[in-house]
Amino acid sequence: MALITCRDLTFGYESHAILEHLSFQVNAGDYLCIVGENGSGKSTLMRTVLGLQKPMGGTIAFGDGLVENEIGYLPQQTAIQKDFPATVWEIVLSGCQAHMGRRAFYGRAEKALAAQNLERMGMTACRRRCYRELSGGQQQRVLLARALCATRKLLLMDEPVSGLDPRVTAEMYDLIEQLNRRDGVTIIMISHDIQAAVRYASHILHLGGAEVFFGNAEQYRNSDVGRRFDVAEGGVRA
Amino acid sequence: MIQTISQYFQFPFVRYALVVGTLIALCSSLLGVTLVLKRFSFIGDGLSHVAFGAMAIAGVLRITNDMLFVMPVTILCAVLLLRTGRNAKIKGDAAVAMISVGALAIGYLLLNLFSTSSNLSGDVCSTLFGSTSILTLTQAEVWLCAVLSVLVVALFIFFYNRIFAVTFDEDFARAVGTRVEAYNLLIAVVIAVIIVLAMNLVGSLLISALIIFPALSAMRVFRSFLSVTVCSAALSVACALAGMLIAIVGGTPVGSTIVAVDILVFFVFCGIEQFR
Ligand SMILES: Nc1ncnc2c1ncn2[C@@H]1O[C@H](COP(=O)(O)OP(=O)(O)O)[C@@H](O)[C@H]1O
Ligand SMILES: [Mg+2]
Repeated sequence: MALITCRDLTFGYESHAILEHLSFQVNAGDYLCIVGENGSGKSTLMRTVLGLQKPMGGTIAFGDGLVENEIGYLPQQTAIQKDFPATVWEIVLSGCQAHMGRRAFYGRAEKALAAQNLERMGMTACRRRCYRELSGGQQQRVLLARALCATRKLLLMDEPVSGLDPRVTAEMYDLIEQLNRRDGVTIIMISHDIQAAVRYASHILHLGGAEVFFGNAEQYRNSDVGRRFDVAEGGVRA
Repeated sequence: MIQTISQYFQFPFVRYALVVGTLIALCSSLLGVTLVLKRFSFIGDGLSHVAFGAMAIAGVLRITNDMLFVMPVTILCAVLLLRTGRNAKIKGDAAVAMISVGALAIGYLLLNLFSTSSNLSGDVCSTLFGSTSILTLTQAEVWLCAVLSVLVVALFIFFYNRIFAVTFDEDFARAVGTRVEAYNLLIAVVIAVIIVLAMNLVGSLLISALIIFPALSAMRVFRSFLSVTVCSAALSVACALAGMLIAIVGGTPVGSTIVAVDILVFFVFCGIEQFR
């Protein structure tokens, strides 16, 4: 059984559906990129899969031993985080909140896990620094480390490279690819950069009104939608 | 001056006031950061007005220990406001404004219609600005305040990591299975308790200042959630003590003196930030 199976999914806000009857599935080890124009419902779909909002129709099934909430999430940056007084360490440790059970404080195991993921992201030297004083790329690494503390099975990322300069963007893509290839973390990522999506991802889900595509990267490149966006527009869509 | 102070310490009610005032200041500062950063401050403001209205009703009904009436009413309103705040159809801000201004108006109206006191405006003024109420607490009220303050501090310490998680990133917390609604409810209830407690110290109009200023000052200088929390608690206690002593010696109103000290400290911390 697949890790996530969405069948006939309809989602949106209040009674307004953004997209209807969407079906796709994600298997363990997949690297799924969700692409599409601004406002096409990518973030809303991700929030629905995460259980942050109820689907208006259809079902989302978790399989392959994946329990609901056993998910790491890298949200689009919110305004609150911009002026929040917190150190890198405090934030990464909060990724372990699901492992605390009924305990009030983090134990040795959680601290070791946080330290390990901080190291993996190359941010150990910054652990005492204030989050709001870091560069955009460093902030994303911190949030990625936090997400990895929550789970090692499945990561959902909402535009992890937006606002980063090209060099840092490339680093971030490499990091994510490593997690997928070497550590076997299943990735679902929202991206604006269709060329990068086609290069790195194993599967593509393209949202955009009537044109919905789901398939592997190869099929996408040869599809009508894929050809139009990838080739004709150079893949750069703001 | 030391002599004057030690003279005042002879009176048990002065000692009670200092102890209770310190405890109230301590717990009111704890949720300041959360309140500021979660944009919950509007709820704090609204609730303080609700507490004023409830106080007026308690006065009309001649309830002797009015905290026992004001507390549940304020907690109930906290829960309601949290609900409407989440509901996109009713504008959260408008709901708060309606409830808080309504409570003020009804409260004053009731006091005017039913009060038997000869000094009505004095009563209203002391409810709004808490002029001396911390010095006039009965023994039972002192105990109630002390027990509730300790409870608030204990709850905060126990749920510290959850409160941090829910304040920093609600969506992430929910995605990994933290019961965010439950903790938001807890935060709202604790805020309601703090507001009713703080009413005794600074009166209902100045409560937001007591809750928010220490947190804002600490956030100017400190960089981690823990240090900001500890610093704002320490600042709040120090300012409350200083304010109460100045008020006792100088005969100034307790609430506004404490808030004035808080404001002074805020500017000092702004200065420190500039020179770093
Ligand atoms: N909280 C909300 N309430 C109502 N509508 C919303 C809300 N957030 C987003 N929308 C609408 O839903 C649509 C899809 O938004 P979103 O999923 O953020 O798109 P994307 O992430 O693909 O840019 C947009 O038209 C947007 O205006
Ligand atoms: Mg989006």
